[in-house]
Amino acid sequence: MIRSELIQKIADENPNLSHRDAERIVNTVFEEIIDAMSRGDRVELRGFGAFSVKKRDARTGRNPRTGDSVPVESKHVPFFKTGKLLRDRLNGKE
Amino acid sequence: MGERTLTRMDLSEAVFREVGLSRNESAQLVESVLGHVSDALVAGETVKISSFGTFSVRAKGQRVGRNPKTGEEVPISPRRVLSFRPSHLMKDRVAAGNKG
Repeated sequence: MIRSELIQKIADENPNLSHRDAERIVNTVFEEIIDAMSRGDRVELRGFGAFSVKKRDARTGRNPRTGDSVPVESKHVPFFKTGKLLRDRLNGKE
Repeated sequence: MGERTLTRMDLSEAVFREVGLSRNESAQLVESVLGHVSDALVAGETVKISSFGTFSVRAKGQRVGRNPKTGEEVPISPRRVLSFRPSHLMKDRVAAGNKG
């Protein structure tokens, strides 16, 4: 499923909404999650999962072509942990 | 970092502000969005949200685990796990927002 299909599903089951509204709803949900994580916040959606930010320490990397060592700065990366309910549903436990 | 934890409430509040539906309808719509993503994954589909990321389901075979307390070997049954791969845009925005 891709973003446009998700928007279509929301539009189909809510005939009172315009397609544009369905689009704004879906986009807002994902946009808010990215916004929260870029502030360093965590987003916990019980049953679905939690989005958080993890710090990766600085390390010495290597250029795979030349083998030269290059310093890699520390950085923050997005992380998702699947919620218990969804994990159970994936394994047939409703 | 780790200032605050947002929940469904914050997402529905954002939909409420953005779209101008009632708070109740906004909450239901947020639930529908998460529900459709979950249902697709449970059906074994990959969910690809452009400029956000990709959720995919991987099957893992049976393996032998160990009880860390007793050292006893226990079989871990085959299972399906969900993995999330953030988009470049998400990675860039998270890295830029948490600099220093």
